[in-house]
Amino acid sequence: MIELKDVTKRYGQEDGLLAVDGVTLSIGDGAIFGIIGYSGAGKSTLIRLLNGLEKPTSGSITIAGREISSVSAKELRKVRQKVSMIFQHFNLLWSRTVKGNIAFPLEIAGVPKAERERRVEELIDLVGLRGRENAHPAELSGGQKQRVGIARALANEPEVLLCDEATSALDPETTDQILDLLTDINQRLGLTIVMITHEMHVIRKICHQVAVMESGRVVEKGNVLDVFQHPQAVITKRFVSQVTEPAGTEQALAHVRQEVPDGTLVKLVFIGERTEQPVLSSLIRSFQVDVNIVQGNITHTQGGAYGTLILQILGNGSVVQEAIQFLQREGVQAEVIVHD
Amino acid sequence: MIETIFPNVDWDVLWEATKETIYMTVASTIFTFILGLILGIVLFLSSPGQLWANRLLNFITSAFVNVFRSIPFLILIILLIPFTKLIMESMRGPQAALPALVIGAAPFYARMVLIALQEIDKGVIEAARSMGAKTTTIIFKVLIPESLPALISGITVTAISLLGFTAMAGVIGAGGLGNAAFLDGFQRNRGDVTMAATILILIIVFIIQFVGDAAVKKMDKR
Repeated sequence: MIELKDVTKRYGQEDGLLAVDGVTLSIGDGAIFGIIGYSGAGKSTLIRLLNGLEKPTSGSITIAGREISSVSAKELRKVRQKVSMIFQHFNLLWSRTVKGNIAFPLEIAGVPKAERERRVEELIDLVGLRGRENAHPAELSGGQKQRVGIARALANEPEVLLCDEATSALDPETTDQILDLLTDINQRLGLTIVMITHEMHVIRKICHQVAVMESGRVVEKGNVLDVFQHPQAVITKRFVSQVTEPAGTEQALAHVRQEVPDGTLVKLVFIGERTEQPVLSSLIRSFQVDVNIVQGNITHTQGGAYGTLILQILGNGSVVQEAIQFLQREGVQAEVIVHD
Repeated sequence: MIETIFPNVDWDVLWEATKETIYMTVASTIFTFILGLILGIVLFLSSPGQLWANRLLNFITSAFVNVFRSIPFLILIILLIPFTKLIMESMRGPQAALPALVIGAAPFYARMVLIALQEIDKGVIEAARSMGAKTTTIIFKVLIPESLPALISGITVTAISLLGFTAMAGVIGAGGLGNAAFLDGFQRNRGDVTMAATILILIIVFIIQFVGDAAVKKMDKR
């Protein structure tokens, strides 16, 4: 659906800021693709390259076979009706009502009035704003404003929806509601969603694939579950620990080391149906070990569940090693946490 | 009662003068709104980072606005006499005041339009572009509606200063209440006529301000 080949964007002259640096990405039809990075990583520029709001300095961007960087201004306006966008700060027209805002892209596309009204009604139901259709944006909550933003973006039946930090201005509960709505839209309408964010929670909750950006480059990409299990880059590990390790993990480990210095700390990672099997109880039945649970956590992603469990295993001599090997045979990743 | 306070006022003549003043103010306000809006939009769109970012166009428009904003109105009327004769075919009467009024006030209003447009959230313009809007669509469906309260309060202020300008234009032959206060009142030493003309001008100012404020209040949904 979307192909980026060695895309670079430099602002100003040759010594200008290099916002996007040689990015190559491939985003499949109907995927929810997340791009995560801290502010200044170049993700905002990258997403604006996809609908031609920014022009690449070099490289090629194709969406559904059309080369975005070389189409005429007129064609680009047509493309933008099929690659729509929602924003962190919603960017609604305050002077128009909910209905008026949703009708705006239809007016731009030249849809006749009767058809426009019919479509607006449908969209109001789709995003759950029935009853608020004649309100002005100033009278709406943040979540409702983003629903208007989503309805507006869907008005011309786009193939791609770009989300620019779409939930960053919302509280956690509203964030989840908007993410659920996006997942629902992705499944019902089959459109491709590209979202940029700095919150790993958003990636975990709805994305199928993820790319991690740092200083204009994509440092890691892959299926969300894979990236969660085997983060490679330092920055990715930091993002993954945002959701897999609750606050205080480090302190908990330090505390256990102090209290029971001769135990072995082991981090277990469970994937998919392994998270639902009683591996621990069979471990304790089969081996002469004591097990102390330090911390546990299960993370649900679009690709499946992913659990981590930190144990302290106490036992005589080689029995601890055997226990760890048993866990590995059972399909659980077990890794001894070395004190550093 | 009224006869004792205003012994020298011929109310029919003063009513004619009032109508001339209203005509000059309303007509010049309408043309100032149109010309000032066009100038303001060109100034805005040609500034760096905007849709028509163009240094030359921005320079020429700003120069035009700054020069005509700086010329004192009385001098502007005199400077524009040949131009006025050309397009109005006369130098007398309320119509003859219009070119100078509009050219004097439109640059002033253009600055207010520019400020109003700069207040619009950049994200809203970006959103319209992301939907595939043409620049004309952005002008008529985003820039103007989104800045309308500021545009209206700006034109209210401008209309009131235009009313002041009409009084000055009146002195040099355009008629209206300024003419009445100066020729009939001051030069013939009839203080009551000047007073009556002043009161009428004040009433017009209050009406303009009231209508302008009410319109802004009704429109502003922020």
